[in-house]
Amino acid sequence: MTPLLKVQNVSKYYGSRIGCAGVGFDLYPREVLGIVGESGSGKSTLLNCLAGHLEPDGGEVLFHTRTGDMKDTVTMSEPERRMLGRTDWAFVHQHARDGLRMNVSAGGNVGERLMAVGARHYGDIRDAAVDWLGRVEIDETRVDDRPGQFSGGMQQRLQIARNLATGPRLVFMDEPTGGLDVSVQARLLDLLRGLVRQMGLSAIIVTHDLAVVRLLADRLMVMKDGHVVETGLTDQVLDDPQHAYTQLLVSSVLQV
Amino acid sequence: MLDLSAKSPENAAEMSEYNFAYLDEQTKRMIRRAILKGLAIPGYQVPFASREMPMPYGWGTGGVQVSAATLTPEDTLKVIDQGADDTTNAVSIRKFFEKTAGVATTEETSDASLIQTRHRIPETELSEDQILVYQVPIPEPLRFLEPSEVETRKMHSLEEYGLMHVKLYEDIAKHGAIATAYAYPVKVEGRYVMDPSPIPKFDNPKMEMAAIQLFGAGREQRIYALPPYTKVVSLDFDDYPFEASKADHACDMCGAEESYLDEVIMDDAGNRMFVCSDTDYCAGRRAAGHVGAQAVADREIGQ
Repeated sequence: MTPLLKVQNVSKYYGSRIGCAGVGFDLYPREVLGIVGESGSGKSTLLNCLAGHLEPDGGEVLFHTRTGDMKDTVTMSEPERRMLGRTDWAFVHQHARDGLRMNVSAGGNVGERLMAVGARHYGDIRDAAVDWLGRVEIDETRVDDRPGQFSGGMQQRLQIARNLATGPRLVFMDEPTGGLDVSVQARLLDLLRGLVRQMGLSAIIVTHDLAVVRLLADRLMVMKDGHVVETGLTDQVLDDPQHAYTQLLVSSVLQV
Repeated sequence: MLDLSAKSPENAAEMSEYNFAYLDEQTKRMIRRAILKGLAIPGYQVPFASREMPMPYGWGTGGVQVSAATLTPEDTLKVIDQGADDTTNAVSIRKFFEKTAGVATTEETSDASLIQTRHRIPETELSEDQILVYQVPIPEPLRFLEPSEVETRKMHSLEEYGLMHVKLYEDIAKHGAIATAYAYPVKVEGRYVMDPSPIPKFDNPKMEMAAIQLFGAGREQRIYALPPYTKVVSLDFDDYPFEASKADHACDMCGAEESYLDEVIMDDAGNRMFVCSDTDYCAGRRAAGHVGAQAVADREIGQ
């Protein structure tokens, strides 16, 4: 099987400081990869390099495009990369406000990506928007409300709907449950797990919440100071951590 | 020192006080370069070094600079504001060029070689030997959806115009129809999305015309242009097509059915009349004997 995303030796430096260094992995179709680590460990930097928001200083990010060949997203032209950004890729920000247009209605937010790839039939766009709101458990009657009138959890679900509307194949998530209370987190995770399985998505989830990766991720990568210190199956890494830092991380989780 | 005034053939008295059309020659040259670039890339916003003009921003400083750079001593100038020749903005700009350029002025659309306009296209069809200069407040059609200029420039260069339809989508979602009635976005030659300045969307179809159209935004420091017969398409949805709407009425003064109308409130009782916004067009029709409903009523009272 060809991997969907092949990451080789990706590095990013902020001056003399390391953002992330020498990161490499393969992500296969329908696979969910979790990246954990403490604040400043370089996981967000890595995610932004992979999603084309930051230009890495070295390495390759090969993506298996719909035409069937592996293309380096670092060296491809900007129009191509932005095209991927609104078709095959989705990016879920930690703060829904970063990923939504706050002065545009919920329906418009979901419809934007459809219109960006050429949808020009209002009725169809609206139907799709309503359908997607339903899938993320937002009531149809809220379709013309602005995101500002939504609760934090609803905003996050709206952001997910907006991202998934064009049927992407790879979803980048940056702390998707950050800042939400636990019951809302649980529902959101449930929803995400359902969507990922249903749509056969591949996803890369960056988080510092081990419970999130335990639920969602098939595989886990632990980062510290810009380097990957441990990788493996999620359950294996969490139940039998090998690296000292991973052991610290796992043992630091509050047991209720 | 070079005496520029000695070279100019006419208006020697005015020329000693002002360079022809107020702006200095270097500035006009800079603006002409921007205009030529704009004509070469229809719909593309060309940055230019906008000057301070002796009028406030928002009163047509962009249009005035474009007119100043385009005027020749042989030109006949017409200035309209919302279609009218006799409103403050139109009168003061016309006087400005009478004083600084000494050019002939007119109120008749067909006599003018250069027409500066705010918010309207004249009803009378323009010809190939005419230039229409628009005053533009905000040249960026994507501005209200995307505040970053860096981002909007990138969106133009990469032809990412999905956002423009989001605006129209919002209109339909909120009002049941595309409620944008002026500054209705257009796509030029299948490439650049352009703000036609706040002309009513009724005027949008007229933009495919024989005359050269130049757009100047003084505060925003942008010039863009449409060469003659450029293809201009108003954006819309398949199931909500573009409609060039106007008040469903005939002009009360001249009876015109096909011209764009202003609504005038007559008294506290809510009586109103509709008149052509293009004063020259309306006067021309009345001179030719056309009569509207209000004019008929007035005549009856007079008798």
